[in-house]
Amino acid sequence: MGTNGAYPIDRIRSEFPILSALVRGKPLVYLDNGASAQKPEAVIDQIKKTYETEYANVHRGVHFMSQKATDAMEAARVKVQAFLNAAEEKEIIFVRGATEGINLVASSWGRSNLQEGDEIVLSVLEHHSNIVPWQIIAEQTGAVIKVVPIDDAGTFLLDEYEKLLSPRTKMVAVTHVSNALGTVVPVADVIRIAHENGAVVLLDGCQAVPHTSVDVQALDADFYVFSGHKLYGPSGIGVLYGKAALLNAMPPYQGGGEMIDRVTFEKTTYAELPFKFEAGTPHIAGIIALGAAIDYLNGIGLDAIAAHEHDLLEYATERLSGMNSINIVGTAEHKAAILSFNIRDIHPHDVGTILDYDGIAVRTGHHCAQPVMDRFDVAATVRASFGLYNTREEVDALVDGINRVQEMFA
Amino acid sequence: MSTDLRDLYQEIILEHSRKPKNSGPLDNPTGEAQGNNPLCGDRITVYINLDGDRIADARFEARGCAISVASASMMTEIVKGMTVGEAETALQRFEGHLTAKETPELIEDDELAALMGVREFPTRIKCATLPWHTFRAALGGSGKNDVTTE
Repeated sequence: MGTNGAYPIDRIRSEFPILSALVRGKPLVYLDNGASAQKPEAVIDQIKKTYETEYANVHRGVHFMSQKATDAMEAARVKVQAFLNAAEEKEIIFVRGATEGINLVASSWGRSNLQEGDEIVLSVLEHHSNIVPWQIIAEQTGAVIKVVPIDDAGTFLLDEYEKLLSPRTKMVAVTHVSNALGTVVPVADVIRIAHENGAVVLLDGCQAVPHTSVDVQALDADFYVFSGHKLYGPSGIGVLYGKAALLNAMPPYQGGGEMIDRVTFEKTTYAELPFKFEAGTPHIAGIIALGAAIDYLNGIGLDAIAAHEHDLLEYATERLSGMNSINIVGTAEHKAAILSFNIRDIHPHDVGTILDYDGIAVRTGHHCAQPVMDRFDVAATVRASFGLYNTREEVDALVDGINRVQEMFA
Repeated sequence: MSTDLRDLYQEIILEHSRKPKNSGPLDNPTGEAQGNNPLCGDRITVYINLDGDRIADARFEARGCAISVASASMMTEIVKGMTVGEAETALQRFEGHLTAKETPELIEDDELAALMGVREFPTRIKCATLPWHTFRAALGGSGKNDVTTE
């Protein structure tokens, strides 16, 4: 069933226990990876192993288990550092997810750097989590939000972006890959142009890291965030990368344990990076299991994964383009493995319910990206998003399912 | 096609969703309300005209799925001519039937009975109830009254 002779699809599928689950007696066809990816045994086993053999609170106890847990957690930080090619491990901050990472930067960096009339540049492609935190800080500081448009294919308009920038631009916060359309944003150009204008750049990498290798130093990204659960790791854990100079200059986001140097009621001094931004006991087992997910991806190879998913996207696009009734939403030249579409005027929720009856899991709705839906004048779309374990046969199952939807609504 | 799925998408529901009754705005309504389902982005506006205590007219505009449009279409047909009190009772019965733990007794109205298939699809119950919640808000007054499923 392989799509690529060298890609070990059968072995990979066998390593994800949930893929052998049945949905109403039918095999699960999981095409909702953009919302959250399934977990390989390596990640599931690591969580069990942590709690069974190396668990205690971290960075606190003098005892054996605390040291063991601390070592395992810090080893995971080094894995994330290598995964993003960050210069220093202290530039890797563990957060609950990309949402918390963006809120941290908007709040901490924003409060200390934004003034009335300053401008924050976002794009139409953003997920709500990269819009709302900026609206909150803009309201508090008097900063103004500018929005980069997209064309009818869903392509980020670099020329329009460049026109929006000015000496007033302080922050550019854009997605690396659109979650609703799959558009890959030319982030290297975005960052270069922002830096020429003296602005700082945050990239939302949630949909990028599962599909492509990322080098924050080569990109010269100032901040980069992603969520563990979309990267085949646990939910409730994510990463904020920030350049050390920027993070050092920022005030703490939350106060609590672990983030302090010394506390008195007169004055508290804060811990060094990364702990300044990691108040409270973190999701220890989740962090260690995120490290296991990264090991797992490296074992297959990000380039091999990207090639496999690209093949699936091309195949799915070709098959759906051949159906008269299908309107694909988002046809940018550079896309990750996300296919958003509508079937005539049939509402995506009706499509989703009928596909679910065949065991096919897709996302239906606005994908937390209502400005994108408004741009294409649709209330919602059906979204198939592919992961490293999907197959061409599953694309065929989707096409069969779409045909059944059409029969029902004929 | 599986039986359960046909229970949800009965011909009568598909027919109402294809050609909804009372679709479109009402001039000078005595009450109107907008309903939102933030999970899916669906929106419905319900307009009513009260003649004293009687619902002289009820119309709606919706951007929604087959279930919500069919539910709105049937609802407007049913409540027209009712008194406000009768409509409240009908609304409570409808909601009760959809959300009751036990299998509900049969609803006399054949068309509404078709919507009971949604009981087997917990994620879709809100699609069926949104028009009714919005209708209740519209009864509440002449100003704009917004409701949400969340």
